[in-house]
Amino acid sequence: MLELNQFLILSALLFAIGVIGIFLNRKNVIIILMSIEIILLSVNINLVSFSYFLNDLTGQIFSLFVLTVAAAEAAIGLAILVIYNRNAGSIEIEKINALKG
Amino acid sequence: MTISLLTFYLFSAVILLSSLMVISAKNPVHSVLFLILSFLNAAGIFVILHAEFLAMILIIVYVGAVAVLFLFVVMMLDIKSSISKENILQYMPIGLLVGLVFIAELVIVLINTKLDLTSIQILSNPMSNFVGQSNTEAIGSVLYTNYILYFQLSGIILLVAMIGSIVLTLREREGVKRQIISEQLERRGKIDLVDVKSGEGIDV
Repeated sequence: MLELNQFLILSALLFAIGVIGIFLNRKNVIIILMSIEIILLSVNINLVSFSYFLNDLTGQIFSLFVLTVAAAEAAIGLAILVIYNRNAGSIEIEKINALKG
Repeated sequence: MTISLLTFYLFSAVILLSSLMVISAKNPVHSVLFLILSFLNAAGIFVILHAEFLAMILIIVYVGAVAVLFLFVVMMLDIKSSISKENILQYMPIGLLVGLVFIAELVIVLINTKLDLTSIQILSNPMSNFVGQSNTEAIGSVLYTNYILYFQLSGIILLVAMIGSIVLTLREREGVKRQIISEQLERRGKIDLVDVKSGEGIDV
């Protein structure tokens, strides 16, 4: 029998993989954007599983809006990436140090 | 019931493995393809959870639009994968520390607590209102009535994202020959249209 906890643990593991991906990644910004997509996916799994186990539709509606915002974020993030690559010639994270942070 | 349990474990194993491959693959194209695999299996999880509409939307929007956009950008930017090994290992300890602490906290809490959902009585859109309707009908009947404002706001968000990405990536190039329609139309006064009778010809 499927339980809510199984889905929540799956979602927590997926979220942690996304966070580790942001920290570990030293190659390029695209992988960081993909990690954000993984995190949003885990949030969606969380919302939909609560919607199923509560017998309530609100979680699925909210998940739909999360999906919309994720699509908009991916589009703008990739557009910024394209113009950054055009100006700086590289999207390696080590070389993005114009602010001397 | 065992079949749904088995499918759940299959889907979640593939999701976790492919997301690990997303963050560890050397080639960004492989990362995008593993991301697509992960989304497809998440759609399977949604089907197990009786959210068929969201499963199909996940495939259409994420796999069909977002992942293909990622693939397009990865291939267009032509990223050189010339990163040495020690650079990756430099941030390995802190990354693993943060990640493992996070996993440990969440999993310990989730294993030890049994969530009692029966005590929750206040449901805003209970499923019992939609008996005999499909999942899509149920979502539509809520989304277009109670949540119409949020629906339109999400449309505005998408519009802003579209305008923003077009404005960001638009550039004027020098020396490109374009069709200028107004100049084409201005030539109308300089051209005579003459009816030529057949067999007679015309003096130019």
